[in-house]
Amino acid sequence: MKQGGFKLDWLLLPCLGSIAVILLWWLSSKTWSKDLPDPLKTWNVSKEYVLEPFAKRGELDQGILRFTLLSLSLVVKGYAIALILGTPLGFCIGLSKTFSKAFDPIFQILRPVSPLAWLPLGMVLFLGAGKNTSELAAIFTVAICSMWPTVLNTAAGVRSIPQDYLNVAKVLRLSRYQTLRKVLLPAALPYMFTGFRLSLGIAWLVIVAAEMLTGRPGVGGFLWQEYNSLIYEHIILCILTIGIVGFVLDRLMSVVENRLKFA
Amino acid sequence: MPFLHLNAVCKGFDSPRGRTEILKNIHLEIERGEFVAIVGYSGAGKTTLINLIAGLTHPDSGRITLNDLEISGPGPDRGLVFQNYSLLPWLSVYENVRLAVDQLFPNLSEAKKHQHVQENIARVGLTPAAHKKPGELSGGMRQRVSVARALAMDPQILLLDEPLGALDALTRATLQDEISRLWQESNKTVVLITNDVDEGIYLADRIIPLSPGPAATLGPSTLVDIPRPRNRKRLSFDPSFKRIRQQVIDFLLESNKRRPASITKKLTLPEIEPEDLSVPRPLIGGRKTPIRAREQHRETIERIDAGS
Repeated sequence: MKQGGFKLDWLLLPCLGSIAVILLWWLSSKTWSKDLPDPLKTWNVSKEYVLEPFAKRGELDQGILRFTLLSLSLVVKGYAIALILGTPLGFCIGLSKTFSKAFDPIFQILRPVSPLAWLPLGMVLFLGAGKNTSELAAIFTVAICSMWPTVLNTAAGVRSIPQDYLNVAKVLRLSRYQTLRKVLLPAALPYMFTGFRLSLGIAWLVIVAAEMLTGRPGVGGFLWQEYNSLIYEHIILCILTIGIVGFVLDRLMSVVENRLKFA
Repeated sequence: MPFLHLNAVCKGFDSPRGRTEILKNIHLEIERGEFVAIVGYSGAGKTTLINLIAGLTHPDSGRITLNDLEISGPGPDRGLVFQNYSLLPWLSVYENVRLAVDQLFPNLSEAKKHQHVQENIARVGLTPAAHKKPGELSGGMRQRVSVARALAMDPQILLLDEPLGALDALTRATLQDEISRLWQESNKTVVLITNDVDEGIYLADRIIPLSPGPAATLGPSTLVDIPRPRNRKRLSFDPSFKRIRQQVIDFLLESNKRRPASITKKLTLPEIEPEDLSVPRPLIGGRKTPIRAREQHRETIERIDAGS
């Protein structure tokens, strides 16, 4: 009985929900938006990309997972930069009132800037890089957009460390470096990981936009190209891929995050 | 010179509403090996006092010396057991103690360090839980870890800041006996801060009341001349116990009366009342404020201002 309830909750209900949405999609394509391909047609046109996910037929004609990997490789680079810069920055803000007062306002202003606005600046910054300009600009955009949650969460984590822990460090006469390594870092880690997770989500959002603008091969670039070539089925394929990949990334991070929580 | 000596120590804090004196003119002399209990109301400044001795805060005036050396900062010669355990939750029991040992005895061999940690965990009877995280332990067990950590530092003096304050009565009693045993075994000087007069008398050689703050001072020191080992059950019938208890409580009550009686605090009660969902409301343009039954009945309720 219990097993049945479990299946109903975790398998049947999500299926029902999906079927409802697909039905809505199908209805829309038949009624008010004749240009929207219906689900079956979408599958027929896209199945080549899904069933041969790693095929490479041309620069902008590759299997969907190959595109995904191309996008992910940029995300990883930008995201790594975001973490490497963002974490120490967050620590500085959390630890030093002076630093926080000096930089917090400018961070608050830069934080809400859209990735679409950063990208042209990235292009300008790396104009000298020739062939690599668009790649570097995309990485720059990913890094600067996805850095903020890491910075702010790390700072919040450091600020919220209970005085007790710091007292322990003082009583034990831990050096500055040891206090950082043995007390501050582990105490702030759960917060930091929440930041990392949010950052990864943003990085993934940004890369799609960056690829659309630069026309780089990747899920976003493919999406934009197929829009221009009027193959609307592939737009839906890309949207689903982006969603699934984002979901998987988020799940992976939340697994790590939960591991780090201490009671 | 006494082992621990506080001479005319004053401490206050600045707040937006002016300066508050927490401790005023504290004189305290403790001899080596003594067990002294300081009892006082919550908020009297007991923790400030122990933080001063621990070196976590500095006195505004006056001197604190341990072994003739002025205390200028925290140090491993004073083992501190915090009221709220202060264990690092991401480390296991063993690792929490080990952190202290690694820090204070860096020259010991790996095996010696391990042995020292194990010994101190065994002293508080936590060997079976050595690899558990603090989050998996009960309050009493956590406090034992905290005691083990303090003991592992091999301090000259143990400072116990309301160590049993957050525990239930039964666990309290067990841990009191344990503290008593540990003190007798180790012969260390102990300063116990507590709000429980009975606990102070049961454990200490000397009990000193701290008058309620602000500007708290120490009252007369009373020698607890009840022979050890003390028997908890018979203690309450012991004439000395009754006398000491009376003295301390009299002092605390008396000094509490002299406290300024007016409290200038504005109390604003939140206006929360459940909404009555059975009251019909108009479909369109409904009301912004919640609907309450009493508004329907046009009841008049007089507000009585608090603190008048």
